[in-house]
Amino acid sequence: MINKKINWPAMILLILGLSTIAFPLYLTVVIAFKQPSEMTNTISGILSLPKTWSFDNFKEAMRVTNFWQSLGNSLLISVVTVVLSVLVHSLMGYALGRNKSSSKFYNFVYLFIVSGMFVPFAILMMPLAKQTAEMGLANWVGVILLYVVFFMPMNILLYSGYLVNIPMALEEAAKVDGASTWTTYWKILFPIMKPMHATVAVLTALSVWNDVMTPLVIMAGSEQNTLPLAQLNFQSQFGTNYNLAFASYLLSLIPILIFYVICQKQILNGVVNGAVK
Amino acid sequence: MKNERKRTFLLITIPILALFICFNTIPLIRGVMYSFTNFKGFGKYDWVGLHNYIDLFSDARVGKSYLFTFKLAIVSTIVVNILSLLLALGLNSKIRAKSFFRGAYFLPNILGALVVGYIFNYFFTYILPALASMAGLDSLSTSILSNPSKAWIGIMIVCAWQAIAMNTIIYISGLQTVPEDVYEAGGLDGVTGFKKFRYLTFPLIIPFFSINMVLCVKNFLMVFDQIMALTKGGPAQSTESISYLIYNNGMSGGQFGFQSANAVVFFIVIVIVSVAQMKFSGKKEEQL
Repeated sequence: MINKKINWPAMILLILGLSTIAFPLYLTVVIAFKQPSEMTNTISGILSLPKTWSFDNFKEAMRVTNFWQSLGNSLLISVVTVVLSVLVHSLMGYALGRNKSSSKFYNFVYLFIVSGMFVPFAILMMPLAKQTAEMGLANWVGVILLYVVFFMPMNILLYSGYLVNIPMALEEAAKVDGASTWTTYWKILFPIMKPMHATVAVLTALSVWNDVMTPLVIMAGSEQNTLPLAQLNFQSQFGTNYNLAFASYLLSLIPILIFYVICQKQILNGVVNGAVK
Repeated sequence: MKNERKRTFLLITIPILALFICFNTIPLIRGVMYSFTNFKGFGKYDWVGLHNYIDLFSDARVGKSYLFTFKLAIVSTIVVNILSLLLALGLNSKIRAKSFFRGAYFLPNILGALVVGYIFNYFFTYILPALASMAGLDSLSTSILSNPSKAWIGIMIVCAWQAIAMNTIIYISGLQTVPEDVYEAGGLDGVTGFKKFRYLTFPLIIPFFSINMVLCVKNFLMVFDQIMALTKGGPAQSTESISYLIYNNGMSGGQFGFQSANAVVFFIVIVIVSVAQMKFSGKKEEQL
């Protein structure tokens, strides 16, 4: 009954469909390597391969956008946010998840935080710009704190949902052995939640890495850029030199592409888990 | 023993809750407060009561941004769901190199929306018109992004290009939950082709359909990066999304108070849409 035949029509359509993904990427690579003099106004002038594969555009783009500093800021913000999210949100998910069915207080806190998912950034943006400036947090530290707060509703929902399936007996056994609640959590529960840590880490990392709005609003005056922010500033200053611009775009895409090639399976699993739960 | 557990939980909850209140609840309250003032973003301000809200409903620019945002959200959601369902069916069928195809089709989703927008901006400005004039299509020989009645289509294409990747992956995981024996039983009854999809597959993946609807509508209503990269709200303010208008006029246009009122209304709209969707999809699932 099971049909082992390969579905060739689907296969052919899928291969053709790939061009919609490959074409914009091809465009980016080709333009990034060309010199402005090679860009004639015809299709063939734009889409042909460059005459020489020179890295001059990339060197110049790196210098103009201060690439290494932007990359460093982006990495710093993403890594610290992910680590804090996994530690803080799992802990909070544990405290709320274990108590919300028996205590009105914890149930209220849980609903209070989770309903934060409905608050669009648009309404927080203006007050937060004021507030972070007043608190001296109009910099990457402020951005990280905000991320930890913004992703809290979603991540707590994920963690407390995951905890439902972890039996209380484990904690009780540890308690009989004399371990405190705190130790029990870090020694027993935290390691058990590893699959959920992966999901949370992937979802948080992807959103933080590509986010424009938060750093744009918070870090605007700090002379510091994240990678997307550097592209935005670059565009408004040197937008007409397309070859340089595309070299800069390509540079900003490379880190996440490397990450995707290495962790593709974890990313796909993480995204599906996060959405379905 | 019991007290130790209680104390630990309180010590965990209180500081984290305080952080949440500090950077989510307080700004939210402050945003609502600013919406009743004529604050420009700096200097002194006065309370103006409901003045901003009354102005909001008679402001043509705000009305236009709501129309544009909803048009974009509805059309994109329909386009994205149809295409990603087709793509998921293809990727779930019996093909070679399945994991390569899945990986490749998910790629657009991990790329930053801003940079993707810039790349497509170039495509719409230079390549599409050149291709169109080669093919003799006069209506497309100028950039669609500079045409007030067509610019939204460009934005929709870029939004869709990234969102399809995400929705497809969710539909695939839905299709994998459909047990093979459902099709076997259907095969015995002679159900094939579109009927097989309509009566066997689709009812079983409705939960995934509603996840995708919720994700799509919410993300598209908050669209910002793509606008920033493609049109900056233009031409002739035809593509100003609500988020973009609030950012642009509120942060630097001296309309801090007025745009706060806009943001409050937007917040209420988001809540109504989300709650309505959850109610609706909850009902659908019960019927199964």
